[in-house]
Amino acid sequence: MPIISIRDLVVEYDGRRVLDGLNLDIGQGETMVLLGGSGSGKSTLLRQIIGLERPKSGSVTIKGVDITHCSGAELKKLRRSIGVAFQSAALFNSLSVEDNVALMLREHTALAPSIIDLMVWMKLAVVGLAGFGKLHPQELSGGMKKRGAVARALALDPEILVLDEPSAGLDPIVAAELDELILLLKEAFHMTVIVVTHELPSAFRIADRIAMLYQGTFSSVGTKEEIQASQNPRVRQFLDRIPGDMAHAPAVAAYFEKYLQTQEAYQ
Amino acid sequence: MATVLESVGKRTLDDLDYVGSLNIQLWATLRAMRTALPFVGNRYRWQATVRQMLQIGVDALPMVSLMAICTGFILAMQGASELRRFGALNYVIDLVAVGFTRELGPLLTAIAVSGRSGSSFAAEIGTMKVTEELDSLRVMALEPVEFVLAPKYLASLIVVPCLSVACNVCGIFAGALFMFFSTHLSPALYLHYVMNSIQLHDVVTGLIKSVAFATIIAHVGCLEGFRVRGGPDSVGRSTTSAVVKSTFLVILADAAFTAIFYFTVKS
Repeated sequence: MPIISIRDLVVEYDGRRVLDGLNLDIGQGETMVLLGGSGSGKSTLLRQIIGLERPKSGSVTIKGVDITHCSGAELKKLRRSIGVAFQSAALFNSLSVEDNVALMLREHTALAPSIIDLMVWMKLAVVGLAGFGKLHPQELSGGMKKRGAVARALALDPEILVLDEPSAGLDPIVAAELDELILLLKEAFHMTVIVVTHELPSAFRIADRIAMLYQGTFSSVGTKEEIQASQNPRVRQFLDRIPGDMAHAPAVAAYFEKYLQTQEAYQ
Repeated sequence: MATVLESVGKRTLDDLDYVGSLNIQLWATLRAMRTALPFVGNRYRWQATVRQMLQIGVDALPMVSLMAICTGFILAMQGASELRRFGALNYVIDLVAVGFTRELGPLLTAIAVSGRSGSSFAAEIGTMKVTEELDSLRVMALEPVEFVLAPKYLASLIVVPCLSVACNVCGIFAGALFMFFSTHLSPALYLHYVMNSIQLHDVVTGLIKSVAFATIIAHVGCLEGFRVRGGPDSVGRSTTSAVVKSTFLVILADAAFTAIFYFTVKS
């Protein structure tokens, strides 16, 4: 039985359909990468999976609970088993890094402060920030913030880890380090990991399966080998970095020609 | 004509929506307030409340005191210039004492707190929204209303009436200085006259107003923060809007309370 099951998911913003009837199963312990270009609906799908938004129709079932129709209390309980690291890291700027990591432990457990301190140190050590706990987020580099966000997401040893664009805006070395960290976490804690990204090397390094989003629908879902071998034109365009028609050359030329003709007519 | 009616209708609906949102937020906060109380609530929430009390109250004390002293002088001098003509200079004491206790103390305090803390609430929560910190709280199974709003509201409820009392004392003290320098009235005799002129219901009505003003300032400031959409420019707009709306609503509420007390409380 899959740990996450998405059925006929439809999301609309002001009448504009962003996700159009998505279906996806994610198995226990699997690393699923949601791949796609900007505006393809990756982050929207992620917000549905973590229950931040309600869909127009369809369902998202996590550990047997349909989070699109469950009560607030059920959703809260479920969220304790999901760790999320946002694209912007979203660490609380008013708290130090260790207080950020300790927050969930203080709020959701009755552990003694000394045990919490030890656990926080361990989580920070896992992401390589053991010596930086006293610093505030604004004192950290982009990569350190992202690792801090991962440490906070790991605080309650979640069954599901969700990472939104973990390597976006990072240099290749730090991005590669984060990939290794994700692989380490999966191996050490047997977590189900969902990663949203448009970074191809990262996706193929960490994924068990890849779901490729295009304009709100899955254009292809499969193992990384299947995706790499896919002949789906959208997948090939993305993998082979073929430019789209965003700046359609003939159309731009026609526009300028018309503009110049208008100017000449005035003179 | 239709356009004018449309815009009036739209504005009316927007205002009703705003009042409705304020009400919903108020009830949600009242339900969550227990967690911010000392002894029975969450320890970390009470610590946050104390921090807010220091920021809203202690930090504002010099400014509120200075405003009260200046206003007390102005009121005494303006009153004296008219009352002197009727040989009723002694009534300056009643004017200052009753004027501050019933009206000016709570109102001046509310305007100062609205400018300092209402805007700060909107900026803080707006920034948390833009940087996804509020979403982080939700996915960590923590309610923003309980975590962010309840400590601010509780702190305002405690501190604004205290600041109002301090404002009253400073305003009345300014009256004493004026009377001493203009008529050589001894401070002891001034205090005696003040105690004779102030009734218990003057103090109580002033404190009731303070509690209402604290509610308006905290909730308008926080709601403006929660309604931030987009980027940093939106945070700036919400900050301005928080001050303008809370000051306007405070004066509106003051007029309503004054009318109610005028017709119901007998001197």
